[in-house]
Amino acid sequence: MKLTLTIWRQKGPDSKGKFVSYPMDNVNPEMSMLECLDVLNESLAERGEEPVAFEHDCREGICGSCGFMISGVAHGPQPATTVCQLTMRHFKDGEELVLEPWRSRAFPFVKDLVVDRRAFDRIIESGGYISVSTGNAPDGNAIPVGKEESDRAMDAAACIGCGACVAACPNGSAALFTGAKIAHLGILPQGQPERDRRAVRMVAQMHEEGFGSCTNIGECTGVCPKEIPLEVIARMNRDYLGGAWRERKNVVTTIAPVSDWDFAKK
Amino acid sequence: MSSAVASPRDNRAPGFWGSTNGKKAVMAVTGCILFLFIIGHLLGNLQIFESAARLNAYGRLLHNLGELLWIIRGVLLLCVVLHIWATFQLWSRNREARPVGYKVKKSVASSYADRTMYWSGPIVLAFVIFHLLEFTAGTIHPESRFIPGDVYHNVVAGFSVWWVSAWYIFSLILLGMHLRHGLWSMFQSLGLNHPRHTPVLKQAALWIAILITAGYISIPVSVLAGWVR
Amino acid sequence: MKLDARIPSGPIEQAWDKARFDMKLVNPANKRRHTLIVVGSGLAGGSAAATLGELGYNVKCFCFQDSPRRAHSIAAQGGINAAKNYQNDGDSIYRLFYDTVKGGDFRAREANVYRLAQNSVNIIDQCVAQGVPFAREYGGSLENRSFGGAQVSRTFYARGQTGQQLLLGAYQALERQVDTGQVTMFPRSEMLDLIVIDGKARGIIVRNLITGKLSVHIADAVILATGGYGNVYYLSTNAKGSNATAIWRAYKRGALFANPCFTQIHPTCIPVSGDYQSKLTLMSESLRNDGRIWVPKQKGDKRPPDQIPEAERDYYLERRYPSFGNLVPRDVASRNAKAVCDEGRGVGETGLGVYLDFSEAIQRLGEETIRERYGNLFDMYQRITDENPYKVPMRIYPAIHYTMGGLWVDYQLQSTIPGLFVLGEANFSDHGANRLGASALMQGLSDGYFIIPYTVGNYLASTKLEKVSESSADAQAVLSSVQQGVEKLLAIPGKRTVDSFHRELGKIMWDDCGMSRNAAGLKDAIGRIRALREEFWRNLNVPGSSDDLNQSLEKAGRVADFLELGELMCLDALERNESCGGHFREEYQTPDGEAQRDDEHYSYAAAWGYTGPGNPPELNKEPLEFHYVHPSQRSYK
Repeated sequence: MKLTLTIWRQKGPDSKGKFVSYPMDNVNPEMSMLECLDVLNESLAERGEEPVAFEHDCREGICGSCGFMISGVAHGPQPATTVCQLTMRHFKDGEELVLEPWRSRAFPFVKDLVVDRRAFDRIIESGGYISVSTGNAPDGNAIPVGKEESDRAMDAAACIGCGACVAACPNGSAALFTGAKIAHLGILPQGQPERDRRAVRMVAQMHEEGFGSCTNIGECTGVCPKEIPLEVIARMNRDYLGGAWRERKNVVTTIAPVSDWDFAKK
Repeated sequence: MSSAVASPRDNRAPGFWGSTNGKKAVMAVTGCILFLFIIGHLLGNLQIFESAARLNAYGRLLHNLGELLWIIRGVLLLCVVLHIWATFQLWSRNREARPVGYKVKKSVASSYADRTMYWSGPIVLAFVIFHLLEFTAGTIHPESRFIPGDVYHNVVAGFSVWWVSAWYIFSLILLGMHLRHGLWSMFQSLGLNHPRHTPVLKQAALWIAILITAGYISIPVSVLAGWVR
Repeated sequence: MKLDARIPSGPIEQAWDKARFDMKLVNPANKRRHTLIVVGSGLAGGSAAATLGELGYNVKCFCFQDSPRRAHSIAAQGGINAAKNYQNDGDSIYRLFYDTVKGGDFRAREANVYRLAQNSVNIIDQCVAQGVPFAREYGGSLENRSFGGAQVSRTFYARGQTGQQLLLGAYQALERQVDTGQVTMFPRSEMLDLIVIDGKARGIIVRNLITGKLSVHIADAVILATGGYGNVYYLSTNAKGSNATAIWRAYKRGALFANPCFTQIHPTCIPVSGDYQSKLTLMSESLRNDGRIWVPKQKGDKRPPDQIPEAERDYYLERRYPSFGNLVPRDVASRNAKAVCDEGRGVGETGLGVYLDFSEAIQRLGEETIRERYGNLFDMYQRITDENPYKVPMRIYPAIHYTMGGLWVDYQLQSTIPGLFVLGEANFSDHGANRLGASALMQGLSDGYFIIPYTVGNYLASTKLEKVSESSADAQAVLSSVQQGVEKLLAIPGKRTVDSFHRELGKIMWDDCGMSRNAAGLKDAIGRIRALREEFWRNLNVPGSSDDLNQSLEKAGRVADFLELGELMCLDALERNESCGGHFREEYQTPDGEAQRDDEHYSYAAAWGYTGPGNPPELNKEPLEFHYVHPSQRSYK
């Protein structure tokens, strides 16, 4: 089949970007979106042009590296599918696909379709864990966890941190990502001691990063490759409201976001 | 320097109102109070179908509340101010959250009502101001005379003007859409979610919004149709 | 070189206790003064960096991905073994040890495997405490399932995403240490060389993949946890970024590389569909519980599967292995699939595939039961192939999955370079010639959480470390050699892309050093790899520059290393004149076509040493002794 890929090309955060159209003949409907980009890149390299930079690693939908907008939808038209598992048969012969990077103030631009998602790491760093050092653990069966609780925690824990939720949200909100971790740990009995502090700190960091607010419209869940439910956002709000009250006397600090990649400058 | 590189952490976190989640909670609570007012106001208004005397008596009852009426008005006004203030701050923050927009953007999951909250809100606000000027203050009352105390006359005379009714109906439909999203969204913002009840609530929000809109619209429609004169 | 594995004397049950007691400790105040480098942030690296941070060391952790959470451990599906005996079905540490040594076809070091089985128990406790949402029974206790190679139910799992959940547990522990300032994280940073000063590993050279800048990092010890080298084959179940550069450059600095030819081929992957194919997708081994594997009896039979009558189908595994049938171990299932395809009886457009047919199971159990058991796998299959496996048999084919070989380490996980420790898939230690399912996660976490924290302390406490600065002549010399290497790649005035070389190398490796090998093919492969390597340095074309994100340049460096490692793998396979586990030499098989081990001559780990460019590597042997599990012929007939 034939396709036209219209791709955002920009060399770096300080250079000017533009859309470039690449007509593709002989697209095999069996190939994945990323393999289609591989083929394009191979031909660009052969012509001495610089290939399109895009993130990818596991190519089986679990590492969360890949992701870009395909004609206005994060990860493209197939629900619950990352671009690495999206096969070209979902597109029509002759179609034009517009490929754009995630757009968010909290995801500084890097190159072509690549953005910097370290904001997510900083949100986890701000409390997205249970503080248990190695060697401290009681027997695995010492704390019973009901099957339903465990299943709900797993639903939330399935998040791959790809950033599609932020990209799809008209407000650029990271509520689904942050809510997923707060819900995962807040549901489990092991996560109770730090529940208030975790919610308050993670919400504060999410704010610090410059993400927008949640308007509960569900675009995030709609594009989420792991179909994380909107319920996790309610869970975050609940834990935050209670936590903000109970932790009202404690000073909460956040980590300054950085977009620089020069590690030597610290 | 990365997320991971030890970074300065002197940034003091925003307080409750400063956080987006806190603001949304305030919007939920104020929205809830305004929703209760909308229900009460509708029930009061529907007395027009009983008799002119009944409606006018209801009007007098409210006026005779005296200081209590001003307290109610004060609370409602405060709710409106907080609701709008929070919205405005969130709106400007959300605009900053995506400085570079998309060339193509499609919606996959949200409804029309969900996406139109930002402009259904201001139009409803404009309508409320017009509405107060028409029926409470009486400063705008086209094509007839405003008679303080005769609520029935004022309503019938007001709605007999076709464009007043049309503006009213249009605004009430937007109010309905605003409620359709807001009614379940307030629960979400306050963290009240339930695996079985939330889907029911979402359905219920639609029907409550339709009922309220229909209830309000029934008045100008009846006036225009000549059923209430 | 005389290899000392430093295995503690005395009974195996007490070996680890004894070793821990004999180790020197670093007092808490002194831990602060030590800087440690951890390369890799997967299960082994992430857990090591987190735990060392908890102990109070200054840790610098490096990964090439944009976040430590993306390491390829995340893709493991099935589960993690632990000898908890929660099911009361006769499991024990000894049984897990026994199964692992036997499953590895008697080419692993007994003491290491025993310690692995001991630690398995603590791993589950630690992960549960971190909030890993393992599957539970209604009563709230942990659930287990069965896995290949064991008769007890000891596999803990979190849906089909066990690796993801365990990695997120380690990642969260790591982020907690980043928050406290004990660990400094360097994402998008690729290690390009090891700095050895006075015979000790003292640092690494790192390329920042965004800015292209090279930098020197000095430490008191270097810990590599960079995973396996399956991507030598181009097509594998590994992530695209998985590479051997860190361990290969360490090899060239003097660390020994053990058993490079031990690679594991997973029998149930979705077959290749065309030349553009970039990677292979694994379908869980559990499918073989209910699916029946077959091919047409006749060569070149192109009829659709439902038009091939029962009598004209060959259920070759059931025919050849009546007692194990479709449930033979991975290596046996893979080899047989290749054999029938080589006979021209493969299915699908490429002829490289066999059917995995659920129609009988669906008839027997109903579609609902099958959906309950394998629904998500069937969905994934349909997403990729657009075929409905409830109606049409799946097509599967073996693919490279895991590498048992890696840098040689002693019982303390230290390589032959003092101060260089190697964890997880990157080392060679625990799986012998074949790894059992659900054991990789166990090994990574055992090494990272429970072994390295002790052994690195022992090294620091018993070693005199001179002060070294980043600007020292030794470090700068390594830095400039790396700089030259990068410039050299960019300067080659050729025509061919990196991927085209990688594909060609992969094909050579798969054809001649893949599921079955023979001396002639291996010799031929070595010649072709040398020729390809020569062409690579003459005819490569790397677009772009070295001062920004340049994914072609990253790949070029990795492929350059694969081109050397591939040759060593073939050499190792050629030298090992026996068949064992994943290494099947056609010349050494039983009359009915099974692997024929030669314990008399090959019961050793082959540890290869680098002797300089163009020189043949030197073979060192670590003899393997089996005092507890006695070598026997594996039979699945």
